[in-house]
Parts: sequence; C-alpha cells; structure tokens
Amino acid sequence: MVKFKSPPGQKGCRGDGDQEENGVFDQQDYIQSLGTDNAEDDEDGLSRLAGSSIFTFQKVKRGNSMANTASELARTPGKTVSFQAAEPCTPKRTGRQKKTESRTPQKQSKKVQFVSTTPHRLRKRLTAPSLRSDSDSELSPSDSEEEEEEEDGLKEKQKVNKEDKENQKTPSKGLSAALYKTPAKKSKNAPEPANQPTMIEEYFEAHGSSKVLTSDRTLERLHTPKLDRETLARLLEGKPSCYSKEIQELHNKHRKHFTKWMLQLQLGFSVLVYGLGSKKALLEDFRVSYLSDEVHLVINGFFPSITLKSILNALTCEVLEHQGTFRTPSDQIQFIAQTLKDSPDLHVYLLIYNIDGPMLRGEKTQSALGQLASLPNLHLVASIDHINAPLVWDQFKQSQFNWLWWECVTFQPYTEETSYENSLLVQQTGALALSSLTHVLRSLTPNARGIFKLLVKFQLENKDNPSYSGLSFQDFYQRCREAFLVNSDLTLRTQLTEFRDHKLIRTRKGADGVEYLIVAVETGTLMDFLENEDDD
Amino acid sequence: MRFKLCLDLWNKIKSETEALQDELNRNILDSLLEFTRKCSSSRHHSQWASKMRASEIPTAALVLGVNVPDHDMTFQSLFDLLRLSVTPHVVSLQAKECGALKQLMKRVLERVMDTVVAVDDEEEEEETRPSGAQLHKSIHCSLAALCDWYISKTKKSSFSSPGKKRSSSVVEEQDSHPPVVIIFKDLEAFNSRVLQDFILICSRYIHRLPLVFIFGVATSPSTIQHMLPSSVSSLLCIELFQSLSCTQHLTTVIDKLILTSKFPFKLNGKVMQVLVSVFLYHDFSVRNFIKGLQLALLEHFHSQPLSFLCCRKKEAQLNAEQLGPGDLERIRQLPSFQRYLKEQEEQNKLMTDDALLKGVCKKLLKDLHKYHKNYYPVLRCLHTLTSSLPRYPLGKQIRELHLICLERNVWESEDYQSAMKLLRMLAKDELMLLLQKCADVLQPVNSKKMQAAFVQLEELLTKFKQLDAAGEMAPSVEEKFTSPVKSLQKKTDLFQLQKTLLEMNESRRSKRMSPFELLRNEAVEFVDSLVKDHLPPPESRPLYEVCYYSSSATVRRHLNATPRNSIQAALSRPQSYIQNDSLKTEDGTVSNAAPDICIAYKLHLECGRLINLYDWLEAYSTVVSAAEGNDPDSDGFGKVDEVKHARFIRAVSELEFLGFIKATKKKTDHVARLTWGGC
Repeated sequence: MVKFKSPPGQKGCRGDGDQEENGVFDQQDYIQSLGTDNAEDDEDGLSRLAGSSIFTFQKVKRGNSMANTASELARTPGKTVSFQAAEPCTPKRTGRQKKTESRTPQKQSKKVQFVSTTPHRLRKRLTAPSLRSDSDSELSPSDSEEEEEEEDGLKEKQKVNKEDKENQKTPSKGLSAALYKTPAKKSKNAPEPANQPTMIEEYFEAHGSSKVLTSDRTLERLHTPKLDRETLARLLEGKPSCYSKEIQELHNKHRKHFTKWMLQLQLGFSVLVYGLGSKKALLEDFRVSYLSDEVHLVINGFFPSITLKSILNALTCEVLEHQGTFRTPSDQIQFIAQTLKDSPDLHVYLLIYNIDGPMLRGEKTQSALGQLASLPNLHLVASIDHINAPLVWDQFKQSQFNWLWWECVTFQPYTEETSYENSLLVQQTGALALSSLTHVLRSLTPNARGIFKLLVKFQLENKDNPSYSGLSFQDFYQRCREAFLVNSDLTLRTQLTEFRDHKLIRTRKGADGVEYLIVAVETGTLMDFLENEDDD
Repeated sequence: MRFKLCLDLWNKIKSETEALQDELNRNILDSLLEFTRKCSSSRHHSQWASKMRASEIPTAALVLGVNVPDHDMTFQSLFDLLRLSVTPHVVSLQAKECGALKQLMKRVLERVMDTVVAVDDEEEEEETRPSGAQLHKSIHCSLAALCDWYISKTKKSSFSSPGKKRSSSVVEEQDSHPPVVIIFKDLEAFNSRVLQDFILICSRYIHRLPLVFIFGVATSPSTIQHMLPSSVSSLLCIELFQSLSCTQHLTTVIDKLILTSKFPFKLNGKVMQVLVSVFLYHDFSVRNFIKGLQLALLEHFHSQPLSFLCCRKKEAQLNAEQLGPGDLERIRQLPSFQRYLKEQEEQNKLMTDDALLKGVCKKLLKDLHKYHKNYYPVLRCLHTLTSSLPRYPLGKQIRELHLICLERNVWESEDYQSAMKLLRMLAKDELMLLLQKCADVLQPVNSKKMQAAFVQLEELLTKFKQLDAAGEMAPSVEEKFTSPVKSLQKKTDLFQLQKTLLEMNESRRSKRMSPFELLRNEAVEFVDSLVKDHLPPPESRPLYEVCYYSSSATVRRHLNATPRNSIQAALSRPQSYIQNDSLKTEDGTVSNAAPDICIAYKLHLECGRLINLYDWLEAYSTVVSAAEGNDPDSDGFGKVDEVKHARFIRAVSELEFLGFIKATKKKTDHVARLTWGGC
C-alpha cells in the first residue's frame, strides 16, 4: 500500500464530527450485538478509529479499479450481510466485520457512504476480493454504457477524494500492523498460531470462488502505445535511478563479506546469496576481485536456453580440457569427480546466477549440481531470486550442496535477468522473426520462395477476415500451378516440408478433413517481409 | 594462526564424530555382517536348507529413519566393513544411477568385477544396444557373465573344487565363496519396476551366485511390501535391522563433543538452542548439526580476535605469553573482563600495566579451564539425579539441563527447587542408587575438587549403608508415631478430631527427623552446594568470550534462512534496507518515494487472484505522480507517460521474475497473482 506524504495537520478534516461519532456508535453496537465484548477487540477497533485512517479508502481504490468503486456504490446492503456470513467469526475478523456492518446503515446517501467506508483500509484490503466479486458479478455481464456513465459520474468525486488524500498524510495504523505481520507469518521458527487461521482463510478467500472477476478494461485504452524493448531500455536509461547512493552502500556492505565467502568456500561450504535485487553485479564483483586468478566458470541460470549438458560440457571441455563426449550426464559427472579427485590442487569455482532459473529447476539438474557441489575441490557460489526457490531442494540435496545462506538485498534492477522474459507489456518486435525468415528464404530456390510468397500474400489479403482459417492445400496447389511454381502435388509437399521444418508454416486439418496452411508469423512482420522482398 | 587453530580443532572434532559414528553404528553393522556371513555359510553348511528356499535371496532391510543426509556415512562404513571382513564383492547402488534395469545391471557388473572386466562389460553394452526388444535377453547374458566370472574367480582363489566344498572347513568355504553383496542405498527412490525385474532375474541365479541384498529404508519396513508385489517379495528372505534413532544419536554426539572439557571451543546457550531446534524441527540430521557446529567454529575464529587463546591449556598459556598490546587492549574491552575488573582492587594497575594483565590473563584462563573441568562432571551428576524424577523438572535430556545452566544460575530456577524437593522425598534405595551413579561419574575426573566431592559422596554412601545396619532402631521410632494415632481412636468429637490431627501434624513436623531423613537432607545439601559451586553460567566467568561463541543470529541466518521473508520484507519495507530519509515514514508504511518495484508490489497486494494490468498501471502512475510532486490539480496528473509506463513494465516483469505473478490467458491484459492474502 502506498502512502502519501503531505502535511499532517489537515488530517481528519473531512470526516466531520457527527459522522465519525456515528461510526463509533455503530461499531459499538455491532460489538455488543456480536457479544464479543472482548477487551482486546474493543480496544483494537477504537484505536483504529482514533487513528483516523479515514482517507485510506482511496488506496484501495487505487489498487483496484475505479469501476470497482463505482459498482461498490451500487452495492445493496444485502450483499454486505452475505459477505459477513461467508466469513467465520474469528476474533481477528470481528474488527473487520464490524466495520463492514457499520457501513450498511449509511448506504442511503452517497456522500455519507463515502465517509463511512473510508476508515479501515485493513478491512478493505481483505475484503477487496470479495467486494470485487460482488460488484463484478454485476459488472461483467453488463459491460455497457450504463456502467461507463456511472463511472464517469464518479470519477469526479473520486478525484476529489484522491486529491484530498494526497494532501493529507494518512498514517494508517492498520497498515503498519499488517506490514509487520508479514515476516512473522513466514518465519518458520515461530509460527504465530493466531496467524495460521487467517492465512488459511485468506487463501480460501482468494481461491474459494471458481470465477474471479475483475474489471474488463484492457491496455488498449492507454494513450501510450505498447513499448518495444529498445524504447523501454532507452526510457529507463534516461531516468536516473533513485537511491543509487544507498544502493551502492548496500553493495559495499556486502562486499565486506567477500573474504569470509572465500574462507567458507575453501572449507567445503557453498555460498548461496538471496534477497531482493539483482545480485549479478555483486557476484561479478566477487568474481573479479577474488576469483580472477582461480579457475572459474560462470553460469547464467536465468538464460532461457541453458541446460545441464551445456554446463557439464563447459566444465569438461574448457575447465578440464577433455575432448570427447559422454553418453550420459552421470558419466560426465563421474568423469569430473574422478578428474578432480586425481588433481587435488585444482580448485574450480562455479558461479551460478540464479540457480533457480527456469531451465535449472528440474530435479535431475539440481541433483547433478548437488553432486558437483559435494566434490571437495569444486566450490559453488549461487544466487536465488524466486520466492519459492528453496523448494527445489530436498534434504538430501541440501546436504549435498552444503549451503550457507547469505542475505544480500541489493535493490538493483533485474535488467539482464528479466530481459529474457516475454513480458506481457512489452511489444514483441518482429525483428528477430523477420531476419530469420529472410535468412531461411535466401537459402531456398526461387520457386520455393515464390511458393512461400504466394501463401503470405494470400494470408495478408485475408488478414481482416476473422474466420480465415488458412489456405487449403488443393487451392494452394492450384495457385502454385498457375504461377508455374510446381508441376506436381508431390513437389509442393516437399517444399512445404522445408517450411514446416523451419516452423514457418503450420498445417491444420479443417472440419472437412482438408489440410489448411497458415504462415505462423505475425501479420506486421509479414508485411515487412513482403516489402523487403519487393525492394530486392 | 587462528585459522590453523580452527582447522586443527575442526579436524579433531570431525575425527571424533567419525569415530563416534562408527561406534554408534557398530552394533547394527555387526549384526548385518553377521547376517551376511550366516547367509553365505548357510548356503554350504546346511545344504538342504538352502535348497529348500533356493530361489530366495537373503535380504537385510536396514531401517535408518528420515534423516537421509546422515545415511551416507553409515553406508560408507558398512561398505568398508563388508569389504574388509566378509567379501570383496560389494556393490553400493543409489537410485539416481539406476533409472532403468540396464543401467542397474551395468553398475552392478562394473563394480563387482572392477576394471578388469570392464572391457567385457563394454562388449555387453554393445550387445545390449542393437535392439530394445532383446534388452531383456542380453541382460540375462550379462548376469550370466557375472556368474561365470564369479565361478572362475572363486575357482582361481580356492584350491578346493565346488564338489569338495562340503568336506572342507566352514571358514575356508567362506573365504573361497564370499557372497556378492548388493546395497540399495535408498530403496524408496528406486523405480519399483526396475527393482522387481532385477530381483526376479537375480532369483534365477541364486543357485549359482551367492547374492545378498541390503536395502536402506528411510521410512518403515512396510514400504518393501508396498513397492514389491508379493510374487516378488516372496523371493526375498527379509530380515529387519533397526538403526539407532537420530535423537539418540544426537544425544551421544552432544555428549561427546559439547559436554566435555576436551574441546576448548564452546557454544553459548542461544546458539546451542538454535542448532538443537534446527535439528528437532527441521531435519533430524546429525550431519547438519555438525555442519552448524563447524560454521559456529569458523565464525568464532573469524570474528573473535582473541580466539587464538581458545585452545588447550598449555598452548593457551603459551599464547597468552605472546599477547600483543592490541590484544591486551581487546581483553580490557571484553565485557566479562570489565565486570571482573570492578571486583578487583588493582583496577587501575590492570588497565595500564601490560605485564600484570598478562599474568592475570593466564590465571583467568587457567580458571576457565578448571571451571570447565568441574562443570561437566557436576552437570552429569545433577542430570543423573534429576532425570528420573517424576515429570522431569529439569528435562529428560542432558542437553536441556545444559541449556538451563548456560543461561542462568540453575539453582535460582523454580524447576531446580522442585527437583530438590523431590529429591528430598526419595526412598532410600533409589537415592542410594542415584548417589552411587554420581560417584561413578565423579570418580574418573582428575581434579582436586571433584576428587574431594567424590570422597564426600563416598562417605555419604557409607553412612547410608550404616543406616541399614542400624535399621533396628527404626521400629522404636515408629512406635512413637503410632501412639497418638491410638489415642485418636478414643475421641469421636469432630472438632476434637480436627484439633488432634493438627496437633499431630505439628508434632510430626517438629519431631526430630529420623537419621535417614537427616542423612538424606545432608546428601541433598551436598549436591546443592556442588551445583552452586560449579554450575554458574559461563557468562559470569571472566574471559569467557574467548571460548564461547554467542552469535546465534548469524548461525540461524546462514543455516536456516528465509529467503521469501527477506524478499517480502524488502518489498514492503524498503526503508529497513535503504537508509534514506525520504523513505522514512511515521508508522513504517511505504512512502510513495519507494523504489518502483515496492510500489507495484504494494498495489498488487490489494488484488485478488487476477490483476488487471490497466488498473494497476493507472494506480501506479497516480502514486508516482504524487511522488514526483506534481500538482494534483494540473491536467497531466496521474496520466501515464512513457517513462512511467516503462518503469511500470520493469517493475511488473521483476515481480514476475520473483514469482509473485504470472501471465495468464484467462482474460486479456490480466496477470494471475501467485501469492495470497494482503500482507
């Protein structure tokens, strides 16, 4: 949750006294009606109220969509009740529920509702999914103007709220409590029993209903177009990194442990670095300053095409300078183990960025790495980033790796690590596809090129036809014949095999059993391709 | 220097643990050895029996428990022992080497026949390769090859031909026909089909090849039944062996490594607690415990400059002689030494005079060693006395008692008081037994104080014995007791009754205690005084920092890390890592000036299972605009510009990389959240 900085003096100016009192009364009523006059609970509720976290409402709205808020307004009191029933009455919950209740009577006027719903962000946050499902059940089917209107009407109001909120700093106690809760929840050693049920409830809250509803808006609405990778990089470069000084300090702090790392590595431990931020720079620093005189191998685990085989080959070919191939990885590992055993003075350092990388997660890969790590003169330094990374090791592997964990929070952006991920937001440029296309085609005969171009042209002609499913084989053959590109059915098939091997075209059986051919490249790329061809 | 000491010490500890391990495993291994020997001999000795169950393969199931990492050592020593004493043909297999029957066969052959027959093996491989259909057949061949090899080998090594076997002596037979032992290290991990096939094949050859299997089982013996159908398991003649439980194992390790004055390096209470709880709640692995010990040792020698004094008494004296001025200054800075200073008159002198300080240091080090020497025997005594008391006020295990003693003065704790109270109520024979045990503990210790204590204890014991002799006195005492009871029967008034009862109570209390009771009290007092003399927590000793490693947090961080916790903490509270004023907020929340990824993270926490990217982006840009100090009233406020868009993209892809979200096709422009709950 984000908090806004602004002079704290104005806090609470919006909630005029009457309504706030109202809120208090409602809550107390609710407590009494619940019969849980638990002192702790009571105090909890009041203190939160006193904290006047009134303006936190917007934070929720920010996290969700405006449409949600809009529909929230349209909500009937009945729904709140059902929502309450859905949640079991644990003591923790009551605090939240009573606020939900307290809101109900005030549904009459929009203005009032606004104020009364504001107070407790903690509750809001937790109820957010349910609220949304409530609201969206109305919303999704009716993605109509009606909703839009309502939303527009609200926008102004919300804007006011937002501004208010930005002007007024809202210290929200609920939030801090929630924040502090997190570590405790995860710490293995002291699982707080009180937290357990809530965690479980939260899980079922999130996964209970089979359908999850969110607003229907898409990124198309953005005025800015999708960015491609170059622009992204350019834009990010232009922006000065904040806190670079502090980040550098963190880096230097971690640097101090390098000697210790070396010592531990030599004693047969493996060093495992974890924590937020890219640790590549840190490990690189370590490599340069301590390993430059040693035999070492760097492995980019985040690289999408890295395999165990390539790692082992690098070890045997380049480090141990062995020419020859191995039948199985286990043979190779045995060879490495034997070689290292025979030359006890040779120390090999293995640096793996992201040992939890998507390609290294496999059980076999990890056990192979574990076997390597257990060799006495092979030393392993690795980093992990994924939050569930430790799950890839079972007990046996952990003892093979002999990890020593080092927390290194660097806050450095994962520039390289994420550059291989196909982010949803980044437009996939066809540059790569285009160049491969041209290269493949250049190696082909003019006739084959003609065949391909024919198919591309046909596809482009039909690009606006949503029901276009491809060119049928017979049709295609006919066209090719007419263009004097092929003279028999068989030749065409041979040519097509070539394309299929390069994954340029796909065939699909239609409903009538006829083969349909599609070029499996994006339309934009194809147009570029045709243009290029014409230029040539 | 320190590094060398550390290595020395570590090596010592390591060898000690290995020796210990061997000793612990000796029982089980011996029985296993016996088993294999018996198997091999029974084949020849009682021919008819072996004919009866001819196709049964003798099998030992070794139940080792869940602490898988420890098993390696056990198997290694088993392997070595078998090889040394029973048979040269031992194969040890791991599941991951044997994915298929072919590989399993190959390994067995390779290892049994060693490199001599490796060429042979290769040929078989060639044979095996041509077609998959013939695989089974060619493996038959390979086991047959093993058979042939075995027979030729045994013929070569022994002069007696197989026909004469019966007449020759048993010992010779064993030598000439050693069994082929195949160890399956982790039975559970084997592919059950592969195992079944292998067993079936082997059972065909059992007539010609004296095979013995050893299964390493981690869970329970019934897994064998689960893994193998009855048709296969009936071919095995399984005998069960149970290894020592890991907690017992740990107890012995602690006993030998930590509760001894042999090693100068010590752990303080908290570190000990961390290690023990990692053991008990996480892995049950003694190996990991030792690893923790190693880490602590390393850290101690790395971070404590004075740790070079942490060695044997004589070396420590020598090292103390060579203390440099810097080291002396460090000694003066030690909190325990400063506490000690306050009690001394020559405070100022010690602060300035280096030579004097050296002398004092030597003396203190000597004291520390003496303290350790006395501490452990007394600890053991107290443990023997209290471990059998009802409800175990001071813990069942000696490590619990040790922990209590490390933390504070044990005699101030309530548990100790109650334990003492219970001791005072013990019957005579029990008490005598316990005291005798204590005396046994104290006897071998060669320090003056302990010897004195031992003598005292002996005296007490003899007194108890004398009491036995003077047992005739007791009846007379009892008579005195009975008289008021008799008088009681005459009176019937309720009030009177109450009164007499009260009186009786009082009289009993005030009554002179029987000699036994007196003696018992004396004994308890004696134990109490021993405890008070010798079991104060080490923190109270000057210079304890030299020997005690105390940074439990470091150990925990390195051994039992919580990476997810760290990442989430960094995301939700960046200010705890980045020291910048603009990040500080009054109540620990995230300010809008936080790094992009933190803001995106906080916003995504608000969402349910799916997150609408557009809404997310919009919310993000609103926050960032506010952070940049834009005027909220201006038109451009909250609008998404390119830079913000790019930053948002980066933050989101980083979150994806960390595993908080993933792309989904359920809805356009949505991502799925992989964690739950608003944190």
